[in-house]
Amino acid sequence: MKWIPTALVLAAAALLPLLGGDFYVNLASQILVAVLMAASLNLLVGYAGLTSLGQAAFLGVAAYTCAWTGVKLGVSPVVAAGLACLMTLAVSALFGAIALRASGLGFLMITLAMSQVVWGLAYRLVAISNGDNGISGIVRPSPLGLSLDSPGAFYWFTLLVVVLALWFIAILVRSSFGATLAGTRDQPQRMAALGHNVWLIRFAAFMISGFLAGIAGLLFVWYNKYIHPSALSMTASAEALLAVIAGGSGTLAGPVVGAAVVVLLKNYASAYVERWNMMLGFVFLLIVLFLPEGIVPGVKRLLGRGR
Amino acid sequence: MQFWIVQTLNSLALGGLLFLLASGFSLIFGLMRIANLTHGAFFMLGAYLGASLLRYDHDLGLWVSALLAGLAVAALGGLLERFVLRRLSRNPLGQVLVTLGVSFIIADACLMAFGGDPIPVPTSRALARPMFVAGFVFPTYRLVVLGVAILSALALHILLDRTRIGAMIRAGVDDPAMARAIGIPVSRLFTLTFCLGAGIAGAGGVLAGPIFSAYPGMDADMLPLALIVVILGGVGSLMGAFVGSFIIGFIYTFGIALVPDLAYVILFLPMIIVIALRPRGLFGRLAA
Repeated sequence: MKWIPTALVLAAAALLPLLGGDFYVNLASQILVAVLMAASLNLLVGYAGLTSLGQAAFLGVAAYTCAWTGVKLGVSPVVAAGLACLMTLAVSALFGAIALRASGLGFLMITLAMSQVVWGLAYRLVAISNGDNGISGIVRPSPLGLSLDSPGAFYWFTLLVVVLALWFIAILVRSSFGATLAGTRDQPQRMAALGHNVWLIRFAAFMISGFLAGIAGLLFVWYNKYIHPSALSMTASAEALLAVIAGGSGTLAGPVVGAAVVVLLKNYASAYVERWNMMLGFVFLLIVLFLPEGIVPGVKRLLGRGR
Repeated sequence: MQFWIVQTLNSLALGGLLFLLASGFSLIFGLMRIANLTHGAFFMLGAYLGASLLRYDHDLGLWVSALLAGLAVAALGGLLERFVLRRLSRNPLGQVLVTLGVSFIIADACLMAFGGDPIPVPTSRALARPMFVAGFVFPTYRLVVLGVAILSALALHILLDRTRIGAMIRAGVDDPAMARAIGIPVSRLFTLTFCLGAGIAGAGGVLAGPIFSAYPGMDADMLPLALIVVILGGVGSLMGAFVGSFIIGFIYTFGIALVPDLAYVILFLPMIIVIALRPRGLFGRLAA
């Protein structure tokens, strides 16, 4: 019976474009992209025990590759998407090889420094990225000849992609690979003594995480039809990390809830408060000080206590 | 020739500023195992405080305003350590997230208080005047910044290696549990070190003002440079921070001047090489 809540949420999500207006449908698309971003990061933070502060770099690499090849080279959206995936995998391999020389806070500092370098490139490498002007004029793909230009159609497409990705993550973390990954998180030395290649397991997780963030980047750039360096700023990486921590790292539902909370906060609160960054900072403080385990485990604990 | 001399001087000045930023970061990380992501924001806050102090009273002078701004930022750092980070002493990830959150709060508060336009920080006329040596023009102020960085490095070296309190800090770095057991007030040292690191960053920000101006986003520009410096030099090592600062100062300055589009990638290279060959950094004793 554990599948009933999931099925209800899915059904409600699928029916949304029939019930809500364009504003809500677009907001839901944004939430879905943030969910995929947070879920990809959760693979590292929650399951591999590697806290990265540079996840937005992968979103940015995919989005910029897709935008640049599509707009400046004029390739079709599908080819652009393929190139973006390849590029994201290549950058993930490079970053993973460097960052995984360390773990813990060293890993965090290296991922942060590297993603800031990508962010700096997006600003400075004007010949490719258009710098502060960003790249506009990106065309959404039309899979099987279906146009994705209406908010509802794009939402359904995004929902399909994100649900497939989440399903993949759910299978992955319950597989023997997931168990080994959790082993390298909790007891890296014992895992190494048992003959597991800890580095390779972490590297695989890093690649998968980067690839999924790249998929989120494709959805992001298709949704906005525009890309700007701010999409890969430290704030963007921090928002993804906040979504993971707030929802509950190392749980499947955590990043979904966390990302929804962060996007809704950002959209609704910024209508009343002008200063989103300051609020983001305070939310970080409050979550870490008062709800360190996250919303999903916290609520579970409260429900368990009630029984 | 003039180009190379001026760029060398710019590199040395940037290296000096980076040392003022990175030495505190490295000390805090070495002693407390906290990756203090607020450090870039402390630097920027110092620059803004210095700019407003000098604007409020022109006669105050750069040195007094650097001192005042440094003290103010040190006090803020002390409050952060004492009332927030202390509560999370068993949760290193939580500490990083809190420092990140506080850096967003400080950055946004600066934007609110000082606006979005860069605020230039004036220097006194004596410091602004160029120097003529052997027919070449030297910007005096850059030399002064370099001098300040070298003096601070010496002072920190003496403090850490020649004084009783420095010996206690080093003991705390090497083995906090044992240091506590033999009666060293480790938690008071934590607060002190945090204040010291934050204060140096704040004062460094004021000194950076005449070169960079105080501008929004300064924190996000400076923090990765500081991270790269300490990754390169080795966390917890003063010597590492010193050498790393000047390496990055040179690479960044010449990178911007010679290949402006790729300066960020070049910055990345020494870090990759060091991490590949010696993950603990050039002078580090701790694995990060």
